[in-house]
Amino acid sequence: MHLDHDTPFQPHHTHSADPHRPDGTRRALRIGLGGPVGSGKTATVAALCRALRDSYALAVVTNDIYTREDAEFLLREAVLPPERITAVETGACPHTAIRDDISANLEAVEDLEESVGPLDLVLVESGGDNLTATFSKGLADAQIFVIDVAGGDDIPRKGGPGVTTADLLVVNKTDLAVHVGSDLARMAADAKEQRGELPVILQSLRSGEGVGPVAAWVREQLTAWRATA
Amino acid sequence: MSRAALLVLADGRFPAGGHAHSGGAEEAVGAGRIRDAADLGAFCRGRLHTAGLVAAALAAAAADGTDPLALDEAADARTPSPALRTAARRLGRQLMRAARAAWPDPALDALAAARPRGAHQPVVLGLAARAAGLTPLDAAHAAAYESVSGPATATVRLLSLDPFDATAVLARLAPELDQVAARAAEAARRCAAEGPGALPAASAPLLETGAEAHAARPVRLFAS
Repeated sequence: MHLDHDTPFQPHHTHSADPHRPDGTRRALRIGLGGPVGSGKTATVAALCRALRDSYALAVVTNDIYTREDAEFLLREAVLPPERITAVETGACPHTAIRDDISANLEAVEDLEESVGPLDLVLVESGGDNLTATFSKGLADAQIFVIDVAGGDDIPRKGGPGVTTADLLVVNKTDLAVHVGSDLARMAADAKEQRGELPVILQSLRSGEGVGPVAAWVREQLTAWRATA
Repeated sequence: MSRAALLVLADGRFPAGGHAHSGGAEEAVGAGRIRDAADLGAFCRGRLHTAGLVAAALAAAAADGTDPLALDEAADARTPSPALRTAARRLGRQLMRAARAAWPDPALDALAAARPRGAHQPVVLGLAARAAGLTPLDAAHAAAYESVSGPATATVRLLSLDPFDATAVLARLAPELDQVAARAAEAARRCAAEGPGALPAASAPLLETGAEAHAARPVRLFAS
């Protein structure tokens, strides 16, 4: 069949983010976690798994840059059974695999749902990248951008698609702020300036509430996803 | 037929998973067989006339209307390395997703249903070309070009090779690409009369053994 010029574009279940699986059931919510190298994406994913695994059916897709390091960290920490963690290889371009050509990640997500599903939530962790790396809407229903105080307190001011448009911005490692001379209040104010009403969470996984506020945000997304089922 | 549809299908940015594969270039770089643009040219020429020719013929035959499941078996028979068979099926599955979005077609749906884990990528490519209204020769061109464009872009990333030099390598190969595509289309015509046995079975042993070594490496940038 050939496409006519006046055929309207109609998304269907053979690709992308249709909220239903081919058999008509609602698929898992997919949340992407992106951000620069070393900002604490994998540690946040591990903490989220521990916080949510008793309430929800979870799986994780990692996008390692050149090893299986992130997937192996999660396996070693035993945050989920091994069959619920899949690593995708990204050919030296982590942003391509989550934005421009999402086919390998979609396949990983769908295979997880097929093999260990039904699932409530799949966390897709990007390989560490730069401030412009965001998830395609064809892959992730919502995205969290993770930066950290030690990467420089001017990052929220610099903005970029990750900081500006992510559904949640996490400023991680707040416990280090005093040691690296980062001004948390300024980071929060700059983030507010860039993001308007979009939420920002300052997080330290080593103290205080830990991943609690981010986990609460994820629960809200899950509740909303189910309400529209 | 639409000439522009061929540009869409053969575009390096067509979202079908190819960016994560080096076509054997990563292993060749690691083994010291590709160190500069001249080496890349030799590697691409070898790949074009072996794996590239076979892929082009499979794609042309699929575009010509030969049973894709028979061609899928023929592709298996022509791919000794299990790692390469796995990569070809994975890429075929990813291409299937993009092709069904770009050119919805019952023949693509039928192959996707028959091979849910993926058919060999050149077979899917040929069927996608057919769905796009392209000819077997067009499909052969797309497959032959892919067999060298993937390693070239991967080598730019692996060696920090000058991208202009890598593109010049591809441009110099263009006349040979045309010849390989023509041979592949001719083989596809014979395949229609004589069956898949008429398709070329050229093999590159270093690509096959290299793919097995590469698949066992714990640290690598590319999936194949």
